[in-house]
Amino acid sequence: MSPRIGRQSHRTDGNPLRDPQDRRLPRIAGPCGMVLFGVTGDLSRKKVMPAIYDLASRGLLPPGFSLVGYARRDWADEDFAQVVHDSVKEHSRTEFREEVWQQLAEGFRFVQGDFADDVAFDTLRQTIADLDRVRGTRGNHAFYLSIPPRFFPDVIGQLKEHGLASPKEGSWRRVVVEKPFGSDLKTAQQLNATIHEVFPPESVFRIDHYLGKETVQNILAMRFANEMFEPIWNSNYVDHVQITMAEDIGIGGRAGYYDGIGAARDVIQNHLLQLMALIAMEEPISFDAHSLRLEKQKVLSSVVLPRRLDLATARAQYTEGWAGGQKVPGYTEEQDIPSDSRTETFAAIKLNVETRRWAGVPFYLRHGKRLGRRVTEVAVVFKRAPHLPFTDTSTEELTQNALVFRVQPDEGITTRFGSKVPGSAMEIRDVNMDFAYGGSFTESSPEAYERLILDVLLGDPPLFPQHEEVELSWQILDPIVDYWADHGRPDTYEAGTWGPESAVKMLARDGRTWRRP
Amino acid sequence: MIELLDTTSGAIAAEFVRARRRSGSPAMGMIMTLVVVADDEDADEAMKVARSASQEHPARILGVVLGDTRGPTQVDARVGIGSGASGERALIRLTGEVVRHAQSVVLPLLLPDSPVVVWWPGHAPDDPASDPLGSLGTRRITDAASAPRNRAKAMLNQCVSYAPGNTDLAWTRITGWRALLASSLDQQPGKVLSASVTAERISPSADLLSAWLGDRLRCEVTRKSSEGPGITSVVLSTKDGDVQISRSDGRLATLSSPGQPDRPVALKRRGLDELLNEELRRLDPDDVYAATVKCMVDGGTEPAARKRAAKRSSAKES
Repeated sequence: MSPRIGRQSHRTDGNPLRDPQDRRLPRIAGPCGMVLFGVTGDLSRKKVMPAIYDLASRGLLPPGFSLVGYARRDWADEDFAQVVHDSVKEHSRTEFREEVWQQLAEGFRFVQGDFADDVAFDTLRQTIADLDRVRGTRGNHAFYLSIPPRFFPDVIGQLKEHGLASPKEGSWRRVVVEKPFGSDLKTAQQLNATIHEVFPPESVFRIDHYLGKETVQNILAMRFANEMFEPIWNSNYVDHVQITMAEDIGIGGRAGYYDGIGAARDVIQNHLLQLMALIAMEEPISFDAHSLRLEKQKVLSSVVLPRRLDLATARAQYTEGWAGGQKVPGYTEEQDIPSDSRTETFAAIKLNVETRRWAGVPFYLRHGKRLGRRVTEVAVVFKRAPHLPFTDTSTEELTQNALVFRVQPDEGITTRFGSKVPGSAMEIRDVNMDFAYGGSFTESSPEAYERLILDVLLGDPPLFPQHEEVELSWQILDPIVDYWADHGRPDTYEAGTWGPESAVKMLARDGRTWRRP
Repeated sequence: MIELLDTTSGAIAAEFVRARRRSGSPAMGMIMTLVVVADDEDADEAMKVARSASQEHPARILGVVLGDTRGPTQVDARVGIGSGASGERALIRLTGEVVRHAQSVVLPLLLPDSPVVVWWPGHAPDDPASDPLGSLGTRRITDAASAPRNRAKAMLNQCVSYAPGNTDLAWTRITGWRALLASSLDQQPGKVLSASVTAERISPSADLLSAWLGDRLRCEVTRKSSEGPGITSVVLSTKDGDVQISRSDGRLATLSSPGQPDRPVALKRRGLDELLNEELRRLDPDDVYAATVKCMVDGGTEPAARKRAAKRSSAKES
C-alpha cells in the first residue's frame, strides 16, 4: 500500500536501513506509552491488556513501552502489574513467555485517583514525565478511555488542564475512545465537541473493533483486488443484501448501560452500518484514511429511509425460553431491568442506498440478543436467472445465488449456486462452496484489538471512523428510533429463536425471506 | 496415514482424493505445495515442522526422502490428511535409480496453478535453482546453519548460486534484529560511521547481517567472535554515540542508544516452525536478500568502490 509508505516517510526519511522493498520488517511503533483509564473493566482486562502483550510478543512494541493504569483503587505499581499479568496469562492469544514479560514489566505504573482529582492528574503528569526519562518514551502517549462516556468531559478536561493533551514539538498525544459514540445525533455531536476542543481530529481514535477484524478488512480485498465480482456488484445482478449480527447471549452484566439504549443504537449504528458502507461503497482512489473515509461517507449520505417505517422496520424483546439447552429469563426479568422496559433487544431495518449502483436494492440490517446462535455475516443475494431453460420441476429446489462473507465465527466466504443432482433426471439444487480461513489459520491471525492498538501507536488512521461517519450514522438511525419511541411497545420473541414474527413479515412484504445464518 | 508400498505418483494422488472423501470432502483451501527434501533421519522432524507451518498456510506437503541410488527402484509413500492439521501430506521414500529422477515423482503431485515451495531442512544442493527438484519451485528455502558438512562455506555457496526465489533461513533468523536496528535508527538520524556484529565463530546469520549492514549503511562492518548463542551484539557507531543491541542469553536483549535509558527487549531465537512460517508468508523473490547476498559475494575480495558499483547494478536488475 503505497500511501502507508508515504505516510511513514517523514519519520524514516534518510534511514538507510529502511527500504520499501523490505516487507519482512514489521511496522514497529516508535517510542511511546499508553495511559489506560478504567483498568478494572472487562474490556481492559480481556482485550486491551492481552493485546498489548501479544503485540510485544510479536515484537511490534517499542522497547521501553510503558503502560500507566489510572483508577480509584489503592494500588501500588506492583499490584497493577499483577493485574496485567493475570489478565495476560488468562486471555492472551500468544503463549506466555518470560522474556516478553520482562520487556514490559519495568514499564508499569499506577496512578490512584478519580476523574475529578486534580492532585492525581498532577501525579499522572509527573509519572509520564518520569517515564520519558527512565523508559525513553519521548513524550509520546496515548490516552485510552475505557470508561463510560459520561466521564469523558471530566477526563478530557483534566488532560487539558494539566497540559497532558498538548504534545511538545516532535512528539504526540492521542486519545482512544470506545463505542458508544453518543446515543443519538445530538449527544454524538456534544461528545465530539468535547473531545475536539482538546484533541485535533487526527489525534482522536474511535475504536470500532469490527473494523479491525481480518474478515472485515478482507471485504475490501475481495471487492477491489478481484475482477470477477465487480461487474455483478450492482442492482443489475444483486437482488438485496442481508447484514446480520446475532448473539446467543442475553445482556449479561450490561443492564445499566443497555436498558434505554437497545439493539439498534448498540450495534446497528456502528458495526452494521460500517459493514454496509464497506459492501456498498465505490472504489476509493487509494487505501489511505482520507480516501476510504470519503467513500464511506458518500454511501452513508446516500442512504434513504423507507417512507413507511412501520412496514420497513421491526423490533422486539426476548421472552423467557430455552436457548441452546438452557432455560433463560426474558429481557424484562433480567436483573436490574424494569419490568415495563421498552428497550428493544432485536432490531431489523431496511435501508435504501440511492445511488446509480444500488437503486432498488434494499439493504436489510438486523441484530439481536438471545438469537439462535452467535454469528455475524453479510449475504449478498443475487437475482434469479431471467430465464431457466429447464422444466419447473427440475428447478424447484433452486433458490437465489448468494455470496456470503462470514465475519465470525468460522471466518470465511461461502458462495451458493445451483448444481445438478447426480442421477438420470435433470434436477437442480443449491450447493455451497466454502472458502474457510480455516480453524487453525485464524488462530495465528491477530485479534482486532492488536491491530487497532498498534495503529493508534503508529498514528495510522484508516480503520477508525471519524466524527463525520459517526454523525452520518446517527442521522440514519435517529428517525427510526424516534419513530419507535412514539409507537408503543416492542414485539416479543422467544429466547433462542431467530427473532419476532414482525421481522419475518417485514421481508415477506417484499417477497423475500431472511437467511438462516 | 495410509502406507503405499512400491507405488506411483498416480496412486498417491488417488489416495489423496480417497482420504478427502473419507473425511467427508472438507474444504481444504490449500494455497501451495510445499516440497520438503530431507534425509531419512530428519524426515519425520521436518514433516512435523512443515505440518505446523501448514496451520498458517494450508498446503499439500510432499516429503521426499532421497535414499540410496543403488539397488532396485522403489517408491514408498505414507499418505494422509487432517488429524488436527489442514492440508494434505505425503512422505515419499525413493530408492534406486528413481532417486536421480525425483522430480518425475513430484511433478504430477503439484497442486494446479498455485505456488510451489521447495525446502531443504538439512543438506541442500549447491545450486538449488538448477536442482531437478528445486527447479519445480518458485521459492527455494535452504538452511546453511544446518548444513551437515563444510558449514563455514555453506552460506557463501548459497550466495554465489543465488537465483530469484531463493532464501536461506539464516536470513529469516535475523528479521528481529533487522527490525530492531531499523527502528532504533528511526530515532537516531545521524550517519552511521562504522558498525560491528558479534556472534559465534561460524554463524551464517551474522555474516548476512554484516553484509546487510554494509550494503545499507555503506560503512565498515567488523565481524567479531563470541561464545554465542547465535548473535550476541550489534553496534552502530554514530557521531552522537553508539546504538547497541546486546543479547547474551539468546532470549532477552538490551537496547542502548545515546541520551536514552537502556531498555530490555524480547529477542528470542525462534524455532524452525516460526522461521518457516515467515518464509511462506512471501512467495515472491526477496529483493533485499538479493542485494545482501550480492554484497556478501563481492565483500572482502573487492575494493569498496567496486562494491558500490556491484550494488547499483543489482538494484537495477531487481
